[in-house]
This record gives sequence, structure tokens and C-alpha cells, in this order.
Amino acid sequence: MIDVALEPVQPHFARLVVAEGRLPRWAPALTAVVSLAAAGLAGLGLGWSPVAVVAGAAALHAVGVPAWSAVVENGRAAVDRLATSLVWVALAVALVPLVSLIRQVVALGAHQIDGEFLTWSMRNVVGSGGGIYHAVVGTVLITLATTAISVPVGLLAAIYLVEYGGGSRTASTLRFMVDVMTGIPSIVAGLFAYAVFALVLGPGIHLGIGGSVALSLLMVPIVVRSAEEMLRLVPVELREASYALGVPKWRTVVRVVLPAARAGILTGVTLAIARVVGETAPLLIIAGATDSVNTNLFGGQMESLPVFIYYSYTQPGLHPQYAQGHAWGAALVLITIVVLLNLAARTLGRLLALRVNRRR
Amino acid sequence: MSTDVWAGTARRRLADHAFAGTTRSAGLVILLALVGVVVFLTGEGLPALTAGAVDLRGHGNLVAYLWPLLFGTVLAAALAMLIAAPLSIGVALATSHFAPRPVGRAIGYAVDLLAAIPSVVYGLWGIGVLGPWLVPIYQWLGEHLSWLPFFSGPVSATGRTILTAAVVLAIMVLPIVTAIAREIFTQTPTLQEEAALALGATRWEMVRLAVLPHARAGLVSAVMLGLGRALGETMAVAMVLSATGVVTLDLTSSTNPSTIAANIALNFPESSGLAVNALIASGLVLFALTLAVNVAARAVVASRARSLGR
Repeated sequence: MIDVALEPVQPHFARLVVAEGRLPRWAPALTAVVSLAAAGLAGLGLGWSPVAVVAGAAALHAVGVPAWSAVVENGRAAVDRLATSLVWVALAVALVPLVSLIRQVVALGAHQIDGEFLTWSMRNVVGSGGGIYHAVVGTVLITLATTAISVPVGLLAAIYLVEYGGGSRTASTLRFMVDVMTGIPSIVAGLFAYAVFALVLGPGIHLGIGGSVALSLLMVPIVVRSAEEMLRLVPVELREASYALGVPKWRTVVRVVLPAARAGILTGVTLAIARVVGETAPLLIIAGATDSVNTNLFGGQMESLPVFIYYSYTQPGLHPQYAQGHAWGAALVLITIVVLLNLAARTLGRLLALRVNRRR
Repeated sequence: MSTDVWAGTARRRLADHAFAGTTRSAGLVILLALVGVVVFLTGEGLPALTAGAVDLRGHGNLVAYLWPLLFGTVLAAALAMLIAAPLSIGVALATSHFAPRPVGRAIGYAVDLLAAIPSVVYGLWGIGVLGPWLVPIYQWLGEHLSWLPFFSGPVSATGRTILTAAVVLAIMVLPIVTAIAREIFTQTPTLQEEAALALGATRWEMVRLAVLPHARAGLVSAVMLGLGRALGETMAVAMVLSATGVVTLDLTSSTNPSTIAANIALNFPESSGLAVNALIASGLVLFALTLAVNVAARAVVASRARSLGR
């Protein structure tokens, strides 16, 4: 006896299922519980680590559901279940490092952070104590200078691409070059900045502004790409209405197009800042490292958070337990900054979009 | 018409020209910067051709110095992509076709978070957590599969091997490949998906018949873009890998090839004279390599777009 059932799968279409025996809906969940229990028991007996237990359970589950399906359903359904299991296993495997990394950073970094850690530099500090103030100052200054270079250049270039370039040869070359620039390894950007400054100021040069130049090479293409996309979303009718009122093109761009695209552009810029704030390699090469606060971008070595983390962990000096603790604490601060920037980008975009909608 | 209006128009023209010129010069600055990268790296790299063994860490000439680094770079990046490509496609499929929409969005946030974590933190985690995790697996591989050249040993006790570095690289490029793959998967024509389902295909058969053929070129390009990123990734490798600069296919021993980027980061701060020039020359080689991979990735997309007549 074969009966035909119409089962809704997605809102906009239905799937015709020839039901010749199907696993109940809770079958995968049950298999998961059973596999976890089996792997847990085996783990207790053989002394596996929790990771090995989860991995064993995942493997059991990935084999168990298709096997059950092959018995009750048919071969094709079993293959479908196997593929589904594999997709979910891939997802679980990809999330393991994220969870483990955040747990580790919080576990080793959280108790480092106190008033002294955030407001002291490492000048003349041996052993315990000291902080990351000098590195935070350096990171903020270098990132601000990077933004000051990248946003005007990137935004103007995006305006050129959308409003003036059209399909011209210069525009398509520029678009291609921006694509190429997104692929520049960060260390190459650092070497470029070093080569430029070393040529002018002599070899062995270390400058905060050099770090900004290197980071700009990484940030400009991100700004151009996101701003270009946002400017293209502005309706042509807005521009035409402005022209019809006799407003010149440049004022149309500055007063009509840019405000309309403001939310998207700000989101893109914030995400670009989040992307470069954790860059280490270029700063290691051109900005250098120091234990003291340096607020002069144009003179002397300048510490930054990523470089501080790197040196504290790999060259901990006489008291490795303190220096490596500092590294984890600084890592927690850096991750927090990056995550806050990402959150800010999202809320900024949503808030500004809301305001524009309300005004209409 | 009075002269005032004409004067106003002229001023207007001038402002328009000035603004257009400013935007164009911003574009030219970008082009110049890219040309500058090539010119300056070549200029500072060329003197290394005359460098001797003292500046090249014991190698006779520049080619002998660069070749083991190039080997390590390609090996680590290729291993990373072997791990990352299937995982990324799985995660992308989970978000685009397997998970309910809210779950898919949550996964999207998690993957974005993975992309946001700085490479130096991945380096910390690679040394502190991943390496020790992998040591028992390496020991098992060394005991049972040592007849393979990849696991011939002696097994590293710290886990800071090229395979560990490749795993860290894989985690770092996974968000990039996943984001592009997800984008392509969601662009599959809905009619084709529904047609496959209407013919009685299971969900996996629908993915195989409609989604994957549509996405093939895009996936190749996504993996190549990921490869470009893996080739140039610096800090995580510099920290995780315990490199001795040998050329070997052994993936789990304590003697590992170094990569170009990691070699620069590790040696640049302590180098001077021609050693700096040699490092810059190696940076130029890395730049050329990533450039070639990126251009090839875009060529794949372009040729696919042409063949579809888009």
C-alpha cells in the first residue's frame, strides 16, 4: 500500500513525497543522543578527552542516521541523510576553534585586566605589573591616521568610479587594481612602507606614520569596494531630480548622493577599521616596538596592541609567566575592540537607515 | 542674457571640473600606490642579487635562499585549502540550503566573528591550545602511518608543525571562502531548485543537480581567493610554526620548512644591510605569487560570466 502525502517544506513550494516508510521526525535527534551516550561511555572507559568524545559522537551520528535510513527508507534517502549529517558536522567542526579560542582568551585574559593594566605602560617594568596603555595609545593613533588617509582617498575614488568613470578605460583599470589590492599580503604592505621611508630617511627607520601608510594600503580597497556598492544603490531618480532643479553635479554628489548612501558608507568604513586594527605584520616591520608611551606619529618607535601581544608571548624575557599573561590580557582587549567595532558598524547602519526612513 | 548668469555658469563649470578632477586624482593615487609597491620592492630587492652567504642565512645565492621558503609557503597554503575548502562548502550549504533561516543567520554571525579575530590571536591559540591538542594525533600517525613520507617523524613534541600551521590557516581562510560560497549558493535560480524537488529529488540530490553545477566556477574562484590569503598570512604561521628552513614533505616532525611571510616577520626586526634587501626580494616573490593567484581567480569568474553571455 503506497499513500501519497503533501508535506510543506518551504513556504513557497511543497514537496511530493511517496511515503513508503519514513523515519520519524525525531530520528536524527534520538540518534544524536544515543551516539553521545555511547561515545561518552567509551570515553569514560578509555579515558578520552571531551573533544575526542564529541568527535566520536559526531562520527557515530553521521554513520548511524544513514544506516537506519537505509534500512527503513531507501538508498537515496540514506544518501540524503548522510549529506545532511556531513554538512552539519562540517559546521560543528568549523565552530569548535571559535568556541575554544574565545574560551581560552577569556579564561587566561580576564583576570589580567584591571586599572593598572589599562593605564600603565611597560616602561621600566620588570616582572609583574605594568600595562598596555602605550600599546592602546599607539593602536588608536595609528588607526586614526590610517582612517584619515584611507577614507578621503577611498571615498573619492569610489565617487569617481560611480559618478564620473562610467565604463572608461581608467575606471575599469582602477576597478581591477582595487581588486588586486584586496589580495596584497599585509606583510608586503609593511615592506612597501619600509622601502618608501627607508629611501627618504635612511635604513632601519621606525615610524608610527609608516604603519598608517602600510595599513592604508590594506584599508583603501575595502573602503572603495563598500562605498562603490553603496553609491550604486542610490536611485538615479534622486540625481535626476537634483539636476532638474539646476543643482550642479558636484553639489548633487555632495548634498544628495552622499547623504543618501551615508549609512552604508559609515558601516563599510567601520568594518574596514575593524579589519586593520588587528593587523600585526606591517606594524612589526615599520612601526617597531617600545615599552614607553609615544604619541608622536612622526618620530620614534610606536607600540601597538598586536605587536605587544606578539612580543610579550614570543620574547617574554626573564619572567615569562607575567609577560605571557600580559599577552592574553591584551588579546582579550584587542578582540573586544574588534567585536565592538563590528557591532557598532551594524547598529550604526541600522540606526541611520531608520532615520532616513522616518524622514521620508 | 546678462553676463552675471554666464559668470555664474563659468564658476559652476570650474567647481564641477575641480571636483571631478579631485575624484580622478584619488583614483590615480591608488594606481600610483600599486605601481609604487612594485617599483619600491623591486628597487630595494634587487641589491640582494649580490648578497652572499652571511646575509642569506647560509645560502649561496638568492635562488637557493628563496626556494625552500617558496616550497614551505605553497605547501602550507595548499594543505590549508585541502582542509578549508570542503569545510567552507559544508558551512555555506548549511547556511544557504540546510538550516532554517534564523539558524542560518546565527551561523553567519559566528563565521563573521571568526573572520574578525586578529591573526596574532590565532597565533596565541595555535601555540597554546591547538598544538597540544594535535600532539596525540601526530603520535598516532607517527606510530601507524610512518611508512608514508608525510608522517615519517620523528614526531614533534610541541605540535608546532607545518600541519598545525596549515590547520590554523584553514580556520583563518574559512570565513572568506564561506562568505563567497554562501553568496553563490543563494544565487541559484529558485526555479531550477523547485524543478529538481518537483521531480522527486531529495534535498541532497537537488543540491547536486541544481546548486553545485550553478556554483562551480564561483567555488573555484572562492577557493583560489582563499588560497591567495593563505599564501600571504603572516603572524599565525610565524608564531605557530617551529621552522628550521628544510625542504621536506614530513608534516608532523619538529623540523619544518618556513614560509616567506613568516620568515620576513621573524627576521626583519633583527636584520640589517643586504639581509633586509633579501627579505624585501622574498616579499616581492610573495607579492607576485598572490597576484598571480588572485588574477587567475578573477579570470575564472570572468570567463564563466562570458560563457553565460552575461
